[in-house]
Amino acid sequence: MAEALATISQVQDRGMIQIRADLAQAGDAIAEAAGLALPEQGRITTDGNRSLGWMSPDELLLVLPLAETAEALAVLQDALATEHALVLDVSDMRAMFRIQGARALDVLAKLCPADLAAMPDDGLRRTRAAQAACGIWREPGGYALIGFRSVADYLRAILAGAAAPGTGLDPR
Amino acid sequence: MLTLTCPYCGIAAEETELQPGGEAHLKRFGPGSSDAEFEAYLFARRNPKGVHFERWRHAYGCGKWFMAARDTATLQVYGTYKAQTPFPTPEIVAAIQHRHPQWRPDFDATSPTPTSAPEGLTQ
Amino acid sequence: MTQTGPFRLPRGGRLIDRAYQLPFRFDGRQMRGVAGDTLASALLANGQLMMGRSFKYHRPRGPIASGAEEPNALLGLGQGGRFEPNQRATTTPLVGGMVTASQNAWPSLNADIGAVNNWLYRFFPAGFYYKTFMHPRPFWKHVFEPIIRRSAGLGKAPTEADPDKYEQAYAHVDVVVVGGGIAGLTAARDAGRDGKSVWLVEQTPHFGGRTPTDHADGQSRVDALLAELRGMENVTLRRATQATGLYDHGYLLVRESLADHDPNAGIPRQRLWRIRAGHVVVATGALERPLSFAGNDVPGVMLASALRDYIDLYGVAPGRRIVVVTNNDDAYRTALAALDAGLKVVAVIDARSTADGALPAAVRARGLRVLTGSAIAGIKGGHAVEAVKICAHSGSGQVTETVDADCVAMSGGWSPVVHLWSHCGGKLNWSDAQTMFAPDPSRPPTGADGNAMASCAGAAAGDLLAAELTGAQAESALMPVWVMPAHATRKMKFKMWLDFQNDVKVSDVELAAQEGYHSVEHTKRYTTLGMATDQGKVSNINGLAVLSKALNQPIPATGTTTFRPPYTPLTLGAIAAEARGETFLPLRKTPMHGWHEAQGAFFEPVGHWRRPYCYPKGGESHGDAVAREIRAVRASVGTLDASTLGKIIVKGPDAGKFLDMMYTGMMSSLPIGKCRYGLICNENGFLIDDGVAARLSDDTWLVHTTTGGAERMHGHFEDWLQCEWWDWKVWTANVTEQWAQVAVVGPKARMLLERLGGMDLSAEALPFMGWAEGQVAGIPARVYRISFSGELSFEVAVPANRGLELWEKLHEAGRDLDVTPYGTEAMHVMRAEKGFIMIGDETDGTVIPQDLGMSWAISKKKSDYIGKRAQERSHMTDPGRWKLVGLESLDGRVLPDGVYAVDEGVNANGQRKVQGRVTSTYLSPTLDRPIAMGLVRHGPQRMGEVLEFPAGGQDSYKARIVDPVFYDKEGSRANG
Ligand SMILES: [Zn+2]
Repeated sequence: MAEALATISQVQDRGMIQIRADLAQAGDAIAEAAGLALPEQGRITTDGNRSLGWMSPDELLLVLPLAETAEALAVLQDALATEHALVLDVSDMRAMFRIQGARALDVLAKLCPADLAAMPDDGLRRTRAAQAACGIWREPGGYALIGFRSVADYLRAILAGAAAPGTGLDPR
Repeated sequence: MLTLTCPYCGIAAEETELQPGGEAHLKRFGPGSSDAEFEAYLFARRNPKGVHFERWRHAYGCGKWFMAARDTATLQVYGTYKAQTPFPTPEIVAAIQHRHPQWRPDFDATSPTPTSAPEGLTQ
Repeated sequence: MTQTGPFRLPRGGRLIDRAYQLPFRFDGRQMRGVAGDTLASALLANGQLMMGRSFKYHRPRGPIASGAEEPNALLGLGQGGRFEPNQRATTTPLVGGMVTASQNAWPSLNADIGAVNNWLYRFFPAGFYYKTFMHPRPFWKHVFEPIIRRSAGLGKAPTEADPDKYEQAYAHVDVVVVGGGIAGLTAARDAGRDGKSVWLVEQTPHFGGRTPTDHADGQSRVDALLAELRGMENVTLRRATQATGLYDHGYLLVRESLADHDPNAGIPRQRLWRIRAGHVVVATGALERPLSFAGNDVPGVMLASALRDYIDLYGVAPGRRIVVVTNNDDAYRTALAALDAGLKVVAVIDARSTADGALPAAVRARGLRVLTGSAIAGIKGGHAVEAVKICAHSGSGQVTETVDADCVAMSGGWSPVVHLWSHCGGKLNWSDAQTMFAPDPSRPPTGADGNAMASCAGAAAGDLLAAELTGAQAESALMPVWVMPAHATRKMKFKMWLDFQNDVKVSDVELAAQEGYHSVEHTKRYTTLGMATDQGKVSNINGLAVLSKALNQPIPATGTTTFRPPYTPLTLGAIAAEARGETFLPLRKTPMHGWHEAQGAFFEPVGHWRRPYCYPKGGESHGDAVAREIRAVRASVGTLDASTLGKIIVKGPDAGKFLDMMYTGMMSSLPIGKCRYGLICNENGFLIDDGVAARLSDDTWLVHTTTGGAERMHGHFEDWLQCEWWDWKVWTANVTEQWAQVAVVGPKARMLLERLGGMDLSAEALPFMGWAEGQVAGIPARVYRISFSGELSFEVAVPANRGLELWEKLHEAGRDLDVTPYGTEAMHVMRAEKGFIMIGDETDGTVIPQDLGMSWAISKKKSDYIGKRAQERSHMTDPGRWKLVGLESLDGRVLPDGVYAVDEGVNANGQRKVQGRVTSTYLSPTLDRPIAMGLVRHGPQRMGEVLEFPAGGQDSYKARIVDPVFYDKEGSRANG
């Protein structure tokens, strides 16, 4: 039997911080506190093991090592203390998966209506995977996918199903 | 199944990523309004064959509500624009008139807020 | 090569490989085909012309077509869970070991009892069902219905679950060309040369369409196009892939066959592509129309193009003595193909008075008889064609000659396949010259930009010859022939089939017209013309023409019926794809879900969540488990997994003002450190959610919603913030899943939590309706002192990743206290004992807080909140509204849920008037008697009155109106 289209693994060591603010006003302060450039619309900026994703015109998601979360949270809250802003630790409410392999895009193309092939290299796309909300961005060798923790089993199962050996999307 | 471009994140989202929200540009009537005003606000909705202004939420996406100007018969989308827009924008009006030269907006876009009940917009 | 059937030709067969023989079974008989066969070609090669019985009259039927349009040759395939009825033999690739069976015949295909219907055709005319339903009723019930129930239906539904897997996939493509014939290949090449991303999908396993069969150098033309296409990186070719429907904004559904009928392949059987196409080129070709002559459904009568295909593609001769009957030049190709294959062509019967085009000339040159101005008067034979009766076309069917034949190839002209074009609004024009409906390019289906999202090419566009692409020579005009002969008798019309699958004849359509059915849509439903699984692919135009003639109006005045997707039936498996079994829904699980499972919890669905309903121990019934859990909570301490409760952060300088608009009560005045219960209504005034809000800081609140209400309420908040008060400075965040929440409930709740340590939870430090932040058992926690059970109660929220740890520590530390996990049912009963309402039980979308005696939760000081204006409407302030009361069963039986209290008199429909209903009803283990709540007209003013609740049949319950608070009316227990 052929190999799976991609390797699916759940990531447990990432922390996440949700930031809601007027980005035009507070963007610089956020970028400085997060240690990353402010992403453009629909993009995610990455430096080392931290990424800052554009979630909506007034929402960012900082993804970082779990161990750094508490401190980053405090730094951000401090930096935005005088702004009308909301900074929350959302590490526990998400499930994150890595889809690694040459055919990772085939796996996602079976589940997501978004045109991920056309997504820029530094793009972040919020969409759905089958019936569950998710966010997707590229990582070296594949993709990262985040969803809600309550449906982690569902996400794992549909990703594994879509990656079943012998089911690549090339014409037969 | 429609595709609408979210004006907040620029994504062409398909209908399964969106949540419909009914007619756009309704003016809320609260306490103190007459029965007739409140009835029109709560229940009277237009259902035109042709140009229609609708609310949609980019639910599997940025979560923002936006407006779509759409032809219910041909499915042409004249444009989408942010929810914080009291009236269809001049660009939207121009796009509609490009297709339907006879179409006239009957709202007063120079007014800071909507001046009338939903009847303000008809083809 | 007799091994693969006596009707296999000694040579030829473009698609087959004679070296690979494939055994299969048909109705228990062992047969052999070869690789490349369809099931139909293999059966024909084995001399099995008859493949089924018709739907209504159980007439013997063989294939009339060679492709997707086939109405007759529908078989049951496979066995057990893989059994699938109504599969077209003409499009099913033969697989070695296949088990197939005919349908609609009992006890056997050759001796079918239902065929008696055939002799009763006068009793089954058009509109039979309508007429019989009307009168006489007893006759229907006792005579027709039992017969019809036994004999109706095509095939049988499978009884086992489908073991195969299916998947879906999304694609975004500039141009999708549907149809791999020469027009499609050319369109794909042109789009490919333009640098667009192009898909070409072909429903059969082969590219080329009719061109290789019908044109001398067809194969080389096709091969040249394929070679160029295969060299283009931006072009994707998919075979065995059928576009089934075109929808809004270029949404195209396409089914790709991956491992149909090959269960050992270990991959999904089919893949349903959901394509967003910038533009769709419909190059789906054309379908040949049958001719309506008496006996046109006898096995052995088939479309001229089908006979050509069986000879050329599969090396099969469905007959050896062939009659060709036509109204056009194209069918002469069949005569030539048959001659080339060494078959005898008895005659070509042409309804036209002259036939002098190149093709008829070529046929004459081969020495064949060409009978112009002629027609078929009838077919001799029942199970197979034995002879053909010939007459003048202009007459009424006087037989001039009878010729021996075993196969009739008929052609009534061609109809472009316009389904995809029409699915999403493309319009058609009638062409008198070509007697067909063809796409009108000036009225295309439109896309998001208002321009055409589809175009047609080749035969589908009405260019039947596609001479530019095929090099075909011009042909003489066809002559419209809708009934053959032109003045056929009424008796002959009883044997002229229009819709083969639904057994609709010329006589039926004429009868419908005579009975006043002038609309084609009405006639369709009255006669069932075109309503079978083939959707009338070969019958619609003929039926339409007959109807138009009967109504004495031109065909375009009658119009067409609607073309609806799918083009051919889709399996439910492909539509469901991954949404089955474990992944039918995204089930939501709390951080403690695994613990509940390990404890044998019985789960109930709440939204997409699965929550423990109770935790039965040993052989305990659910009712006993619930009672035990409640007693343990009221006596000592219990824990409830409350993680599913919605949690929304609302923050900002305008957050208080905003929450005052969202809730009926006042939230802005809530002191920091305190909690307040609140109600949320919609703009209609109806109660939609409830929960406890906690003020976290000067500008931040955390509000709880019901389980399953989190997304809805968060959306509700965002809607008002984004669309109405967008200048208010408020952020919201749905943090439901960030927190695991445990309700620790019962008189010993504090004792248990104090054992875990970390926080001062004394009544002084944390009074009722207060909250505090700190650590519990070393886990960062927020503790809310709120109660939904009436007991001393703490809801402890910790980060979700540590929820299980907290839960386990509680159970470890409270072992000697009999700490008991309890489920949603115990929670429900305890809240009902306290008279607390439950959204979804006491509310149903038509209930306002005032109905529930909750005016105390509505601020009188506020000038506005969502729902306030609606609650001032006269209907909402009507004193006659049903209001919440308690109900006490008189005879000790638990009232059934949802039963209505009857009133005196009857309403306008003769139904008993009602005055109230039960909304919650339980056996209370605490009080050891039934308790219930309900909504009753003037209820609160009628304490002590007895109501009657009929419960079906003779059964009736009586209950007394009482106070809804059954337990601890003083509310002292919550203070611990
Ligand atoms: Zn968006």
